[in-house]
Amino acid sequence: MPRPTPDIPSASMADIAFLLLVFFLVTTTIANDRGLSIQLPPPPEAMPPDMDVKIQERNLFKIQVNSFDNVLVEGNPFTGSPAELTDMIKKFVLNYGADPNSSDNPEKAIVSYKTDRGTSHKKFIEILDAVQSAYYQIYADNAGVSVRKWLELSSDLADPQNRELYDLGRKKRPDGTVEIPMALSIAEPTKAGGK
Amino acid sequence: MSKFRKKAKVKQEIPTSSMPDVVFMLLFFFMVTTQMRETSINVKQQLPEATMLKKLARKSLVAYLYIGEPKKTEQWGKEPKIQVNDVFIEPKDVIQWVNSEKAKLQEFERDQMTVSLKVDSDAKRGIIADVETELRKANARLVLYSTLQRRTD
Repeated sequence: MPRPTPDIPSASMADIAFLLLVFFLVTTTIANDRGLSIQLPPPPEAMPPDMDVKIQERNLFKIQVNSFDNVLVEGNPFTGSPAELTDMIKKFVLNYGADPNSSDNPEKAIVSYKTDRGTSHKKFIEILDAVQSAYYQIYADNAGVSVRKWLELSSDLADPQNRELYDLGRKKRPDGTVEIPMALSIAEPTKAGGK
Repeated sequence: MSKFRKKAKVKQEIPTSSMPDVVFMLLFFFMVTTQMRETSINVKQQLPEATMLKKLARKSLVAYLYIGEPKKTEQWGKEPKIQVNDVFIEPKDVIQWVNSEKAKLQEFERDQMTVSLKVDSDAKRGIIADVETELRKANARLVLYSTLQRRTD
């Protein structure tokens, strides 16, 4: 005599799944771990005391932002778009001594960025983004990839292929030095506009 | 008129038998991508926008530090504050916090630790610079300013 086969009612399975789905939909937060990466300099105590290196005026690209978020570029008020600033920096870095008031070569070129304590973080990021854009665009051009691709590959240097492109972009010499280092100096903010 | 009243003899039903499968697929997606937030953020977090974003390679090597105006302004005031884990700290406590975060990592990974600064757009440079000075002293020099992607049209 055949026994009746036991079966679990599955009609409500979809409801249960929906309930779980809604729970995860509500609690989920897609992780946002993207941003502008920089490396801070070593602490002042660790610096050698007699490191007063003379930097020629022409090799310095000065950006200053005050506590009202007004920008000075090379001493002149700057009201243009970040893209214009990026172009100015690219021109400055890749001058190779052509313009006597601009940099000697990319290795000597330094972008100096100074803010006030009262400068907003928003403005700080906007300018920092423009400066980094300039360098990333130069690197990407040298490596023959898009800027987006460059950003991707430079965050995964364990891959030898990425490493190769990375060195090509920054024009690494056989002796280990880099022809176009990202020389960005973020100075201690001045006291104005903050406590 | 009878012409129009004629009904199509085709079944007009959407097959629902595969609905649980679809729902389960969505469910698994969210189960995998979700990560429970162990700390509730007590400061305003309107992150700034930028274009040249880099992604962090390894999440286990990241320590998060939040700066912004406290959400409970009646209790904490309007000045931006620094939050780590669940508490507000002063800039001088940053070194201690960095050391406790580093202690969680393997020894050989400690110098690769990145500090992700999640700073509100309206926070001022002053407080951030104070934190940076402390980070330099604590030898945690890899910093990521967390930002959103700017839409470029």
